Amino acid sequence: MYKARLFASKHARGYEITYNFLSPIIIKTLKAIQVISKSRLDVPITWLEKQIKGFLFDCQMCGNCILSSTGMTCPMNCPKTLRNGPCGGVLNNGNCEVNPEMQCVWVNAWRGSRKMKNSIEIQQIQFAVNHEKRGSSAWISLAKE
Amino acid sequence: MKESIKINPEFIYHPGNPLPEIEGHVSCGRFERILKGGDFAVTTELAPPDSADRTEVFHRAAMFNDVVDAINATDGSGANCHMSSVVVCALLSHIGYSPILQISCRDKNRIAIQGDILGAAALGISNVLALTGDDVSSGDHPEAKRVFDLDSISLLTTIIKMREESSLLSGRKLKEPPRMFAGSTINPFVPPIKSRVLQLEKKIDAGAEFIQTQYCFDMPMLVDFMAKAVDKGLTERAFILPGVGTLASAKMAKWLRKNVPGVHIPDSIIKRLECANDQKKEGQKICTELMQKVKEIDGVSGVHVMAYGQEKYVAQMVKDSGVLGDRKPWAPMNRY
Repeated sequence: MYKARLFASKHARGYEITYNFLSPIIIKTLKAIQVISKSRLDVPITWLEKQIKGFLFDCQMCGNCILSSTGMTCPMNCPKTLRNGPCGGVLNNGNCEVNPEMQCVWVNAWRGSRKMKNSIEIQQIQFAVNHEKRGSSAWISLAKE
Repeated sequence: MKESIKINPEFIYHPGNPLPEIEGHVSCGRFERILKGGDFAVTTELAPPDSADRTEVFHRAAMFNDVVDAINATDGSGANCHMSSVVVCALLSHIGYSPILQISCRDKNRIAIQGDILGAAALGISNVLALTGDDVSSGDHPEAKRVFDLDSISLLTTIIKMREESSLLSGRKLKEPPRMFAGSTINPFVPPIKSRVLQLEKKIDAGAEFIQTQYCFDMPMLVDFMAKAVDKGLTERAFILPGVGTLASAKMAKWLRKNVPGVHIPDSIIKRLECANDQKKEGQKICTELMQKVKEIDGVSGVHVMAYGQEKYVAQMVKDSGVLGDRKPWAPMNRY
């Protein structure tokens, strides 16, 4: 949802605190579920992740989640799916050249990252998406690590 | 024209190694030597023709003889289809020019791009410029599929891995790595403005050794950006060549500003054009002055002249600006 997505970058610090608190709990729970059920619950867990992250961030389920490094803004909403910063075509009002009704994903990401404690994370070089993971759950991947 | 450009046989028999290797240089190209030698470099852009005639490429390149150190061959600029940049660069490198291969992430995935890099290096192309690329919606095939498998920083990472580790992304080893001088672009004139210098840093971290910028018509913005880059020590790590351009008229300037994403032209420039008797001449004068001002900025290593549709005026503008000093860049006619 576009509005929820903008809200997330505006309140990136709050999301960061929540994420830092919830993330180890979710991973530990999923690890336990993996031990008990093996991979039988992967489909409903993936569905749940899609619903939650889809609502909050317009998550595209790339399976390579880097939300916490990009100002709580999903870079896969960029029409060029850029993962390392904005292109050179951002409009003067900060909107996207491809979709002028939408704020540039990287303008949002930048704003979000400034509010976060770990704001330097946005400078990490992110290599291109591994397309083999598309549609899979980033949570389960972390739990299996 | 066709007869006047003779082909240096050395470049045909040793296409992958056009100049002797120098220690500390990553490529065997002339462009890297000019920059590392400390000379103020001038580069320009060649628009690949809508034609299957190679002499058209030579005609276009010859316009820049004696005034430029390297020529960018654009890769489907504005998402419009033209002759491929690899082929334009190959044609140019075989008569001794120093072309810069532009690679846009829009049209090819990582398999095709790595193949192109290997092929380009084998053809004697020594410079590569990693670009995101204009979106397909702005070009003549808006119905095309956008690829963007890599972005410009992933592309830089790829080029550096191929060159330094002599391997493909897959880890498969290369018998001979592509010895290419790698660059990228930056647009300091559009939002998010404060992040642009960090974006520059990220590109340099990823391996960019030279940077060409989008059109600069707003000198204070460039001065501010360069001061930040110097503060961060970025100009010690990469050569920065701000882009300048010529505007044919106030009307064209307004059109560019309105319709081409990423082009920022201040009102003062448009006013100056409107007040001039000969707007085209005034546009060239502005460009010449911009080149001179760019050269004065601390941390700048050269200038990149973009004159789409007005290429024939580039030589005169560079000469008028005096930015080259007494230096005369290599051109085929000088030698043969």
